[in-house]
Amino acid sequence: MSLEIKDLHAQIPGREILKGLNLIIKPGEVHAIMGPNGSGKSTLSKVLCGHEDYEVTSGEVLLDGENILDMAVDARSRAGLFLAFQYPHEIPGVSNANFLRAALKARLPKGEDIDAVKFYKQLYARMDQLEMDRSFTSRSVNEGFSGGEKKRNEILQLMMLEPKYAILDETDSGLDIDALKIVSRGVNAMRSENRGFLVITHYQRLLNYIQPDIVHVLKDGRIVKTGGKELSLELEERGYDWVTEEPLAAAA
Amino acid sequence: MPTASSETSTGLLSTTPARSTSTPDWFRIRSEAAWTEFQSLPLPGLNDEHWRYSNAKKIELADHAQAKTPTAEQSKAALAATEGLKERAARFVFVNDTLIESDTNSLPADVVCVSFEEALKSHEAVLQQHFMKGEQALGSNKFAALHLAHVKAGTVIIVPKNVVIEKPIEVFHWVVGDHAAIFPHTLVVTGDHAQVSVVDHYRSLEGEGGLSIAIADLVGGSGSQITYAACQELADDAQALHLSSITAGRDASVKSFQVQLGAAFSRSESVSDLVGQGARSDMLSVSLPIGDQIVDQRTLQRHKAPRATSDLLYKNALYGKSRTVFSGLIIVDEGAHYTDAYQTCRNLLNSNEAEANSLPGLEINADQVKCSHGSTSGPIADEELFYLKARGIPDTESRRLIVEGFLADVIERFGNSEVLDTLVARIDEKLLKAE
Ligand SMILES: Nc1ncnc2c1ncn2[C@@H]1O[C@H](COP(=O)(O)OP(=O)(O)O)[C@@H](O)[C@H]1O
Ligand SMILES: [Mg+2]
Repeated sequence: MSLEIKDLHAQIPGREILKGLNLIIKPGEVHAIMGPNGSGKSTLSKVLCGHEDYEVTSGEVLLDGENILDMAVDARSRAGLFLAFQYPHEIPGVSNANFLRAALKARLPKGEDIDAVKFYKQLYARMDQLEMDRSFTSRSVNEGFSGGEKKRNEILQLMMLEPKYAILDETDSGLDIDALKIVSRGVNAMRSENRGFLVITHYQRLLNYIQPDIVHVLKDGRIVKTGGKELSLELEERGYDWVTEEPLAAAA
Repeated sequence: MPTASSETSTGLLSTTPARSTSTPDWFRIRSEAAWTEFQSLPLPGLNDEHWRYSNAKKIELADHAQAKTPTAEQSKAALAATEGLKERAARFVFVNDTLIESDTNSLPADVVCVSFEEALKSHEAVLQQHFMKGEQALGSNKFAALHLAHVKAGTVIIVPKNVVIEKPIEVFHWVVGDHAAIFPHTLVVTGDHAQVSVVDHYRSLEGEGGLSIAIADLVGGSGSQITYAACQELADDAQALHLSSITAGRDASVKSFQVQLGAAFSRSESVSDLVGQGARSDMLSVSLPIGDQIVDQRTLQRHKAPRATSDLLYKNALYGKSRTVFSGLIIVDEGAHYTDAYQTCRNLLNSNEAEANSLPGLEINADQVKCSHGSTSGPIADEELFYLKARGIPDTESRRLIVEGFLADVIERFGNSEVLDTLVARIDEKLLKAE
């Protein structure tokens, strides 16, 4: 069991962004990817989800052995992949509750519906954990939310959908320290030996709260260095410039 | 008495409408004059500004004839198909302009709520005062004349001063048989601080084609509140014309909702006259054209008194090769200072072949006026769709959620009621069909 990314190449017309990326995330592990702006972190997360802007030119992504690159966006999600977006989109007129119900219902056999009482009980419990006001259930998805509220809402969805593998794309950006603590607590509550995490961040700060097992450095579409927690501290101190490609890590 | 069938004549174009012998003289005279007027007026041409992007020939007068009195089976079938509200103040069911059921038991005693035919006998004075008084400002004088020449069905609702009717009055107009035409009429008059809510349903039972030329006039007295919905669900090959006028008196508030779901061609002309200081008119509409359906919407917000508000929000979700035309005009008369007038039409294009036309207009002759108008058209945003799908929601379901979300603010503005629940259920049903 793992989320295995093998020699992944992806491009937008005329420009390759991911240039042979390798990564294996096992259930129970928390991996962090750090890297300078523009190195391809968000691209990686969106390619994994199947965003149509990007063309995968070679490589494989195996989710517990199954190649998901041929699967539609929604099927990948139902297969157990989750992305907390760096910039969550607003969906006018669709309430948070209805949206989550639709997402949960999509995971049930055809014709079955979710138990509304159980749903709200769980939703409220999760919202309490994230210190989100109940009014967020009836508000339109992300519409008029502050940056921090949007990020909390992403984690709320993560908590409700309980994926096998969760990718968090710069969940810390736009959060003040209190919100960061709350969101991290939510994420940590979801850590389990059955779930793998890929935490993408530009700053080391988040990793004080969500402690990674393994830290990777992404530069120019490739993982150029892999290490333990201490690597993130070193990156914080020295920046990214000193990191140069280690052929071994890239080939791992 | 029923008229000649379409096989032996040129239908509505030239068949003299028949009137029952019990019709009061004054009405017979108006009706006959209207028939003469209908025949003398030209059909609006392609360069008539009120028919831009549309075509009056889409209403096929020659192919339709006045609907025949329904058979017992047809009436029974229509009644069975009339699901209606559980909680209602009154209900009327018409089939081919013939009243087959009325239930007014839950109405306060002093409210007048009768069929049009009945009102002709019992409420002549009110009809003389309010019945089809104004010109049609938006291009359908000829069709209005035809309506007046044929009208015999519909409801007349008069709510006296201070009377509040909590539950809605529901009216069903069924059309049945090949090429049958109906002419439903609605007149609502409220006294000071009265309150009423009325829903007109236009439906087809069976038969080819079908035409409804309906008129609804709402007259709101001082401080009164009228909520009105017209839900048009005629058959796919039918044609519908709905001409409505709102006259809002001092501090009156009228909320109207056009729901266009059926018919090959449907046109609504909605005029709001704000005649009293502090009056308010909310003009709302939802349409979901699919296939080759055409929805043609003309609106006029006429501010004749100061400090009045009119707020229009029309939303169309288009599918297939469907087409919408929205033409809206705001006129603020001299002296109508401190007017607030807003007009928004939004079109969501769910297909590359669908086409939405918008013609907004403003004419301001007063000071201290807040006016805005705007229209937008566009497809579902890719990122919106991606977001929903990335949560595991399949494509069609994601699109449906987005369309429902798109329509949500219109629906919310209409308010929360059982009427709304039924309308939303009808809209959702149509959405499933659209996929
Ligand atoms: N859809 C896109 N269209 C054009 N350029 C893109 C697109 N997505 C990513 N890029 C470019 O690819 C590079 C990597 O972007 P991104 O993955 O967002 O970086 P990061 O998240 O690491 O900051 C950037 O130069 C960015 O401008
Ligand atoms: Mg990024």
